[in-house]
Amino acid sequence: MTCSLSSPAISWRPCLISFSSVFKRYPGGQEGLKGVSFTIEPGQFVFVAGHSGAGKSTLLKLIPAIERPSSGVILVNGQNVGALKRSALPYLRRNLGLVFQDQKLLYDRSAYDNVMLPLSFSELSGREAARRARAALEKVGLLARQKAKPIQLSGGEQQRLAIARAVVNRPSVLIADEPTANLDAESAAAILDIFVAFNQVGVTVLVATHDEALIGRFAKRVLRLAKGGIVE
Amino acid sequence: MIGIALSLPAGGYALLSSLRQVTQGASLEPQWSLYLHLETGRMEADALGARLKSDARVSAVRFVSREQALKELQATEGLAEVVAALNRNPLPDAFVVRPQVADATALEALAKELRALPGVAQVQVDAAWAQRLGALAGTARLAIALLAALLASGLVAITFNTIRLQILTQRAEIEISKLIGATDAFIRRPFFYLGALQGLAGGALALAIVWGSLAALNLGVAELAVSYGSSFRLMFLNLGDALTIVLFSAGLGWAGAYLSVSRYLLEIELK
Repeated sequence: MTCSLSSPAISWRPCLISFSSVFKRYPGGQEGLKGVSFTIEPGQFVFVAGHSGAGKSTLLKLIPAIERPSSGVILVNGQNVGALKRSALPYLRRNLGLVFQDQKLLYDRSAYDNVMLPLSFSELSGREAARRARAALEKVGLLARQKAKPIQLSGGEQQRLAIARAVVNRPSVLIADEPTANLDAESAAAILDIFVAFNQVGVTVLVATHDEALIGRFAKRVLRLAKGGIVE
Repeated sequence: MIGIALSLPAGGYALLSSLRQVTQGASLEPQWSLYLHLETGRMEADALGARLKSDARVSAVRFVSREQALKELQATEGLAEVVAALNRNPLPDAFVVRPQVADATALEALAKELRALPGVAQVQVDAAWAQRLGALAGTARLAIALLAALLASGLVAITFNTIRLQILTQRAEIEISKLIGATDAFIRRPFFYLGALQGLAGGALALAIVWGSLAALNLGVAELAVSYGSSFRLMFLNLGDALTIVLFSAGLGWAGAYLSVSRYLLEIELK
């Protein structure tokens, strides 16, 4: 099945993520992305590779509308992200699990409370939310450390906690920006194994990384960026 | 801070409410006493009374004979012995007149006319003090309303700033919550509750301060009132007024929070 903006298939089976001639220019004239087009089917695992400044973070920020495109169309689950109203963004983001290089954890809260945060504005009952939080912590191997504050966790554990928070709402897409950047090779591989495990149960995964060795260890699709454009 | 600021107008309002008891006890309508010459006979007085009753500008006329006046004076505490010591009744016959005109110029003209009537020795405007007290109370009410408006703005400003600091303190949490799908309404709600709660607590504290202050003042007021044979006490606000103050201050707190959240929450953009 083709997956493009003009495809009639969109109406009955939308591509999960579709970029069509997307440009992103920052104030001051710097170009983050230059006419990027690609599609991602549901259930794919995709590495977004490239050197620092290639446009990987910009690309990933455009999907949950943290940044808006200067031109072009971005479809996520059939929604034109660039045209979404501000009030609709939270509902888009709840279907996306985001993992950041700097984790963005609440350092004055326990691991359990960090994972509970996305559930606090869901419609789940308290008991179900607690059950899901513990299940997410268990999946990343942190259930035993649920009372620990992030500062008491190692770099790898902090990243696993960020993943638990990202998946607790059972998103259809998991987006991770340089999740292994500050980790040793063993911890980085362990983190990637977690992403692969989620992908195997149907979650679409996008991982931005500049670590070619790591990419080489997994036979997955690679979107390679250079100077704001896709090179292969 | 909010409680202290709100206690000023709330206390002023309570004092004025108590003062209203006094002014309501006294007639605020002009009431004049027309004292007759001592040598004026009863027939002349009756004619004068008929003349006053027929005047359309006069709403009520009451004759107080010199004998009745002396009796009333004797009944006054501490004056019985003085009156008993008098050789003769020094009091004149009098009319108590209530004019019907409201215009100051017309009142002045009527007073001048009554002074010129045969047999009238003096016209005394008895209710002037009550009128002045009423006017003073009106001015005080206006001053308290202005003070309340000023301090209400202060309350909004205090809440605005408190919520601003709270937003800055929780900036990271707000930013992360936005990133992972929290709506603006979800993020705003606790700040609104905080602002309203702050206002509510301020209003309740203001009432407690006013209650305590009135209780302390009443110790002295009661002693003073007893010496005048009165049971006057400063009253605390009634339940309706007290509730209004608490709810109003909660509303002001909410308004301050709303302004602050609208101003600063939008500034937190995701990067």
